[in-house]
Amino acid sequence: MLVVLPDPASPDLARTLDLGGYAWKAVGSTEGAAEYEPPNGWSAAVVDAAADADGAWAFLRTLRKQRDVTIPVLLLISGAQLAELDHRDELFDDFCLTPFHPAELEARLRHLLAGDVAVSTADIIEYGALTLNAETYQAAIAGRPLDMTYMEYELLKFLAQNPGKVFTREILLSRVWGYEYYGGARTVDVHVRRLRAKLGEEHANLIQTVRSVGYRFGQSRWEH
Amino acid sequence: MSIEQHREYVLRSVEERGVRLVRLWFTDILGNLKSLAISPAELDNALNDGMTFDGSSIDGFSRIQEADVLAVPDPDTFELLPWADPKSPEARIFCDIHNLDGTPFAGDPRQVLRRHIKAAHEAGLTFYVAPDIEFFYFEPPTAGAPPVPIDDGGFFDLTTQDVTGELRKQTIRTLETMGIPVEYSFHEDAPGQQEIDLRHTDALTMADSVMTFRLTVREVAARNGVHATFMPKPLEGVQGSGMHTHLSLFRGDDNAFFDGDDPYDLSATAKAFMAGLLRHAPEITAVTNQTVNSYKRLVPGFEAPVHVSWARNNRSGLIRVPIAKRNNPLATRLEYRSPDPACNPYLAFSLLLAAGMRGIEEGYELPDEADANLFEIGDDVLAKLGVGQLPQSLHSALETMESSSLVQEALGEHIFEWFLRNKRSEWRAYKTHVSAFERDRYLTAL
Repeated sequence: MLVVLPDPASPDLARTLDLGGYAWKAVGSTEGAAEYEPPNGWSAAVVDAAADADGAWAFLRTLRKQRDVTIPVLLLISGAQLAELDHRDELFDDFCLTPFHPAELEARLRHLLAGDVAVSTADIIEYGALTLNAETYQAAIAGRPLDMTYMEYELLKFLAQNPGKVFTREILLSRVWGYEYYGGARTVDVHVRRLRAKLGEEHANLIQTVRSVGYRFGQSRWEH
Repeated sequence: MSIEQHREYVLRSVEERGVRLVRLWFTDILGNLKSLAISPAELDNALNDGMTFDGSSIDGFSRIQEADVLAVPDPDTFELLPWADPKSPEARIFCDIHNLDGTPFAGDPRQVLRRHIKAAHEAGLTFYVAPDIEFFYFEPPTAGAPPVPIDDGGFFDLTTQDVTGELRKQTIRTLETMGIPVEYSFHEDAPGQQEIDLRHTDALTMADSVMTFRLTVREVAARNGVHATFMPKPLEGVQGSGMHTHLSLFRGDDNAFFDGDDPYDLSATAKAFMAGLLRHAPEITAVTNQTVNSYKRLVPGFEAPVHVSWARNNRSGLIRVPIAKRNNPLATRLEYRSPDPACNPYLAFSLLLAAGMRGIEEGYELPDEADANLFEIGDDVLAKLGVGQLPQSLHSALETMESSSLVQEALGEHIFEWFLRNKRSEWRAYKTHVSAFERDRYLTAL
């Protein structure tokens, strides 16, 4: 059984799934997904981000992070939204551009359900002296355990997954906090400062400030 | 980020790090840190439903009928305590206090600050705070004897046997592992006196940080056989300890206090906010300076403010507008100089925000800058200039506070009334005390 967001599903999507012979249920929220989940679990999720991308990301974040079993996700997205995919690789397995061709959607879904897609399980992230365990939420620097709040942990994990890359505060806010967080981009600065304090003097420069742009974790790709 | 994920993270960390004891922290009306220790097994329940406890044992929490209240942990404040035995780790988590029906408990200072922050959010503003906290290191006190400073260094002094420097370094390292970044630290003017400046953050986190800071400073000192105190004026004839508080308001990513077209770089919002602080300063002083001893610091000659005025670079006024480095728009801020480190930071920040916001809402007019050294001008001249004074005693501060509808509204009736009653009784006890000063002066002469 497939879980489909949003509720109601677009007429095109509903028709394609029906014609393909799939059993599916449209839901409007993660609560809905939990309520209607069949005893043997959802086999996959089809998430249409065309109308409400933010809602779709929030849904997927919860779906992916609050479960022990990862459900394969097919994302439907318009060409204009492609930039939204950046640094969200962990939230979906495959995507299909809308408006979609019914045959393409079916092919991708078949492929996904066949279990050929490797679900990323990069549980241990290492960079220099830093080690992060995404499964146990633990982190250590030079063997010394780091105690962080949840948001500090999530921010460090995101940065460590993308070493050398420069991120603006806005990107960090939307990718790590995941929604229009009230504190604005200042929140990012405050958390970076706390993280640097906890990393200690010796390792504080793991997170570098890139003037008038944002932050970069580790060395730039161009300098050694 | 959902609250469930925060909880999950906290539970997971407790498990992975083998935490043996979780301390639920909250603050009473007078700003004393209270702690309720639970075992990790109870934490799941506590995070979901809160922990019931008898509030009547806590100062200012008692109400006649409903004594039981709920401590609900705020999962984003979960931290391991760096001074706990590494073999049986301990963690702390700040709590909001609720009534059993789930409504915010009126006697909880943290909830008062939450209410003010929310009101500012609704006006599109985020309140940032950065305190500069002063305190003294003394030899362990003996009853009846005057306190002995552990060194006789002065401002920025670097002495050879720098015991205080080592203590400060340990303290800062401990603060930083708890996620409290430090901006500067140095030896202050008086013997044994230190200053540690915290980097700005949102007001609620900062109030939590000030509570953690005071405990950390004392804890690290005690481990080294030293007594640390936040008493506002522990020694006669030298500077007291203040908590100068830097304030700014942000609208999204922009500093709402900055206006590059203004000769002072101050926006209309900043000016109205400052006017609100100045107009209501005497009313909120009982809270920012809540002890009998606080008023022995607020006297001329020791770099503490006495007059209700503002200026750009004049340290004798109540509010200073520091000149921002490299004209950085993000650094434009106000420095409110009267609070001392013995205040309740939740209530003090609440009232600073409420007074400033009143200025914005009512469009108060900012008085002229007072750029002369106010300590050198006579009171009569100042009065002609319209420059008033802060209350000169706890008694007069309480009188002024009682007449303030702003403070009554901002604190809520429960805290307002309890605070006045408690502090009146402190004043009465002080008033009837016969001091060494009086005996020395009068016993033989009269």
